[in-house]
Amino acid sequence: SNNEKSNQSNRKIDKLLIANRGEIACRIMRTAKRLGIQTVAVYSDADRHSLHVKSADEAVRIGPPPARSSYLNSSSIIEAAVRTGAQAIHPGYGFLSENADFAQLCENEGFTFVGPPASAIREMGDKSASKRIMGAAGVPLVPGYHGHEQDIDVMKSEADKIGYPVLIKPTHGGGGKGMRIVESPKEFVDAFLGAQREAAASFGVNTILLEKYITRPRHIEVQVFGDKQGNVVYLYERDCSVQRRHQKIIEEAPAPDIMSDFRSRLGQAAVSAAKAVGYHNAGTVEFIVDTLSGEFYFMEMNTRLQVEHPVTEMIVGQDLVEWQIRVANGESLPLGQAQIPISGHAFEARIYAENVARGFLPATGVLQYFSPVPVSETVRVETGVEEGDTVSMHYDPMIAKLVVWGENRAAALVKLKDSLSKFQVAGLPTNIEFLYKLANHKAFENAESAYDSAKHSAALVAACICEKEHTLLKKSPPGGLSVWYTHPPFRPNHQATRTIELDWENEYHDNNNNSQNLTLSITYLPNGNYLIKTGENGLPEVEVTVTHLGEHDFRVEADGLSKNVNLASYFKDESEHIHIWHGLEHHQFKQKVGIDLLDNLESHQHRNGNHDSGSHPPGTVAAPMAGLVVKVLVKNGMKVEEGQPMLVMEAMKMEHVLKAPTSGLVSGLQVTPGQQVSDNTVLFNVKAV
Amino acid sequence: ISSTQMMYSSNRDYGTQLQGHNVLPDGIDRTSDSFIRNSKEMESVISQLHSRINQVTQGGGAAAIKRHKSRNKLLPRERIDRLLDSSSSFLELSQLAGHELYEECLPSGGIITGIGPIHGKLCMFIANDATVKGGTYYPITVKKHLRAQEIAAKCRLPCIYLVDSGGAFLPKQADVFPDKDNFGRVFYNQALMSSEGIPQIALVLGSCTAGGAYIPAMADESVMVKGNGTIFLAGPPLVKAATGEEVSSEDLGGADVHCKVSGVSDYLAQDELHALCIGRNIVKNLHMAGNEGVNSNLQGMISDYKEPLYDVKELQSIAPTDLKQSFDIRSLIARIVDGSEFDEFKQLYGTTLVTGFGRILGQPVGIIGNNGVLFCESALKGAHFIELCSQRNIPLVFLQNITGFMVGSKSEANGIAKAGAKMVMAVSCAKVPKITIVVGGSFGAGNYAMCGRAYSPDFMFFWPNARIGVMGGAQAAGVMSEIEKSKKKKEGIQWSKEDEEKSKAKFVEAYDKESSAYYSTARLWDDGVIDPADTRKILGLCISASNNRTPEPTTFGVFRM
Repeated sequence: SNNEKSNQSNRKIDKLLIANRGEIACRIMRTAKRLGIQTVAVYSDADRHSLHVKSADEAVRIGPPPARSSYLNSSSIIEAAVRTGAQAIHPGYGFLSENADFAQLCENEGFTFVGPPASAIREMGDKSASKRIMGAAGVPLVPGYHGHEQDIDVMKSEADKIGYPVLIKPTHGGGGKGMRIVESPKEFVDAFLGAQREAAASFGVNTILLEKYITRPRHIEVQVFGDKQGNVVYLYERDCSVQRRHQKIIEEAPAPDIMSDFRSRLGQAAVSAAKAVGYHNAGTVEFIVDTLSGEFYFMEMNTRLQVEHPVTEMIVGQDLVEWQIRVANGESLPLGQAQIPISGHAFEARIYAENVARGFLPATGVLQYFSPVPVSETVRVETGVEEGDTVSMHYDPMIAKLVVWGENRAAALVKLKDSLSKFQVAGLPTNIEFLYKLANHKAFENAESAYDSAKHSAALVAACICEKEHTLLKKSPPGGLSVWYTHPPFRPNHQATRTIELDWENEYHDNNNNSQNLTLSITYLPNGNYLIKTGENGLPEVEVTVTHLGEHDFRVEADGLSKNVNLASYFKDESEHIHIWHGLEHHQFKQKVGIDLLDNLESHQHRNGNHDSGSHPPGTVAAPMAGLVVKVLVKNGMKVEEGQPMLVMEAMKMEHVLKAPTSGLVSGLQVTPGQQVSDNTVLFNVKAV
Repeated sequence: ISSTQMMYSSNRDYGTQLQGHNVLPDGIDRTSDSFIRNSKEMESVISQLHSRINQVTQGGGAAAIKRHKSRNKLLPRERIDRLLDSSSSFLELSQLAGHELYEECLPSGGIITGIGPIHGKLCMFIANDATVKGGTYYPITVKKHLRAQEIAAKCRLPCIYLVDSGGAFLPKQADVFPDKDNFGRVFYNQALMSSEGIPQIALVLGSCTAGGAYIPAMADESVMVKGNGTIFLAGPPLVKAATGEEVSSEDLGGADVHCKVSGVSDYLAQDELHALCIGRNIVKNLHMAGNEGVNSNLQGMISDYKEPLYDVKELQSIAPTDLKQSFDIRSLIARIVDGSEFDEFKQLYGTTLVTGFGRILGQPVGIIGNNGVLFCESALKGAHFIELCSQRNIPLVFLQNITGFMVGSKSEANGIAKAGAKMVMAVSCAKVPKITIVVGGSFGAGNYAMCGRAYSPDFMFFWPNARIGVMGGAQAAGVMSEIEKSKKKKEGIQWSKEDEEKSKAKFVEAYDKESSAYYSTARLWDDGVIDPADTRKILGLCISASNNRTPEPTTFGVFRM
């Protein structure tokens, strides 16, 4: 009966189901465990062996990999809660976290939803409705169109009224999905239709709103918290101005260069916004600050615990997940506004599996080597993966969040840079280098000096490879012939030399030709050192002394400079991929597979086959990542113009439009909408006529 | 004191005694004039060696190398390096074969040979150097090829032929083609080795014309590189001349023809690196015999052996440039055996020959070294020691520095010829691995008793200061002028002192030239000239390679008593 259910929901939570995956699931479980609360994980088939499953006391399978059939499947999740006897459900962020129906369903089924009331989610989830409510409550708003009329012509004339650039946004959802900036009226129709399609695919609702696009904006968001007794406080603001593809990558708290009275004005506006919808639990009110005028406008309210909540936790010294659970239990807020401390400065960098050079496209692959920076009081690593895990195409490609704290912004930045330089991932491309350079606040190194430092790194790689080989051979000489594997290898009357060819994978050079071949000649010196020469126009030869300390760790001395070097390598696509970290540098190289791995003619031909598809003939367009073909806009034999949209793919819930590389005739088009393609699959060819 | 302490102290004493008693002393007086002079002279001898090696490792020169590389081909030593297990050693043989032998330069005799491991299996590599006269076979090329095969057959090493050769060098066909140990013997050896289960593997990386075509054809398995590798009995020009047929070399005998149609070759390689990769795989897949030899001999191996107590570099200073200078061979042994530990046998008897047991890179050896002219007793001691080692299957190392057996009436009366014959009999029949290093002189019958080339040591090397001859130049000149003088006397001709000296000097000059290590190694009277400092390493590798075969029991002939 209803009575029973409501009794259940008033009971203190002693078992919590986390309706999410990855780092946030792990993070919530950590706090729950500290509070003595049992945890229940849910997982799709793709996550069967994931860290969040291993970290939970119990875990329930909820469906196949696609989110629609698992993490977005409300009934499976409710069923899991029933089966395990959990009293409460924490939605994390993303997935069902801002789904009012789900929040409602939880409450209806007698489970405590660890989050805001369904009504608040609903009101804030509808961007047009929320703006009306905010407007009524006196919260400042950006000029725009938030009407129900979705006719394309009406929208177009509204856009013309607001003035370009105009931002097109789905009324539901968040995280930048489906957003488009329209620079001029002629782009409007395409962008509008794309946004509708993406919104429909991601959120199931395709209504759109328009807003003035502020050219020099600053995004500031305020963390708010409310309890069921009607108290609301703010826990200061975060700055999320560093974005790419409208997604945040570096966040900090508090926002820099903000006067304390501006801070409290923002905070009070945020509290008003929350109160206007009867909010409780954690929420974030986003404002856009026009840096030219100094005005701030209400953008939206995120009715969930956000990805970047740890930076707030770091400066206020509170555990927001604990607050969420206490509020969900019906307790009052632990602190009043005046009691909330603010101390120091925190940064969060989101580490993604993505291809920076290819416009930050999401990447998939195996984490062949995963060695994050060691954690401490001031350094947090929030992750849901372990070495050997696969970053699949099914979910967000975030690998980890790196959170650091310092006494002030400068100190925190030093810590961030240091931590990024020690965050070691190999196996798939990541944005770590990009983040590091961003954190360094300096223009990217020019190509020339990057190449020089790559050459030097290649020399160190070569020396470490030789030394590692020596250690292995000493331990177990092939055939027991230890005499033949002494170090340095013996040659009568001359010194043994060898050649190592490495392809430098330059992350910042694109156009399918982002690797540069380096030929290294290594001479084994009688004293056990290596004399290394790089190519014809290489660096001056360098003598390297190497001590092999541990599997990945080396101490290297070159040119009178002694330092620690880390090396990680793995095999993929018949190449050995080698990463090196030393000092603040990180480089990656590819070495053609040793001849041992090529067992026979077939495999060689196979390799050649692969190779051919890797360097496509001109005019060929290959899938830039694994994903789903959602739309095919052309047909074989059609004449197209350069830059004309040809095909739309979706990966990681983002749409990518593939365009004609040149003008000409389309051929070789075989994919159809709904088809899953893997990375580098040839999609079509355009032959110039 | 407690009993444990007592035990400890007595153990320690016992240990010290065991460790100490067989350690050789340093044995060098670094302040002596001869040491200082010798060190200086040897420095230039060694640098001459290195500069000569440096020259031959350039192969046929910059232009030829450029042409070679432009065809996507690696140099022979690079090919070998890529076939070998990485970071493994390679014992290259006879680097200076052909040195100043012909009018034209023939670096390394146009062929690179040597031993090294692939997938932990020792192999013999025989690689044509196409940058040298197109890889054609001069007489010395044939000799070097055959010598490598001889070692391979003896040590049961799989042979890897890296073929890139235009066949016999036609202008010298008379010295290349017809005789027993000429070109034909290459294929005869292939056949016999194959029949004995010693794998024969050919990688055709370039042309392989006429007689050369039989190298891959006679191989157990062969690989051809598309585009570069060709096999035919007669090239396109000869075909056109003989039959009028016009055909490209690729269509006549390219990899496609031989791997797909004729079946002359077994594996088609896309490029040279691929061919080398297939080559390594072939060796990986040899589940061959031959390794049982290594295994049975590994019993006596120590893997964590000690290095000598004294600097091996000082061997340079021990090596005498003036062969009249004597030195204690023990100071040399102290620098080549593990921990400088040497258990001397019959130390007090026949003292001009030093015999004893030690280890080199963990491998047990019996060492025989000269400490002066051989007397009856020394020869008997030598024969005895060789018998011991043969019985126990211990490899023998001969350190030659010998002017010969003692001459004179006393010696003859003592039966020096009989004693010498005993040692020669023992050396000849001993079936254990034998390795000879000529560190000083190698003269007369001393060369025989100390396992000279004619006694088929598994390996034989020269130090650059070493000399070889039937006798020394001065002695020979003396003998010859005595004979000449008496001949002239019979003819009634007065030979002036001046003319006699002139004739003697000419003789000495010729002898000096012909007795040099380089003259020897150019003609393959040995397996190479080595830096004294490398002696220990090379001995280690040679013993390991020799132990690749199954031990054979030794039967001696009739010893004249």
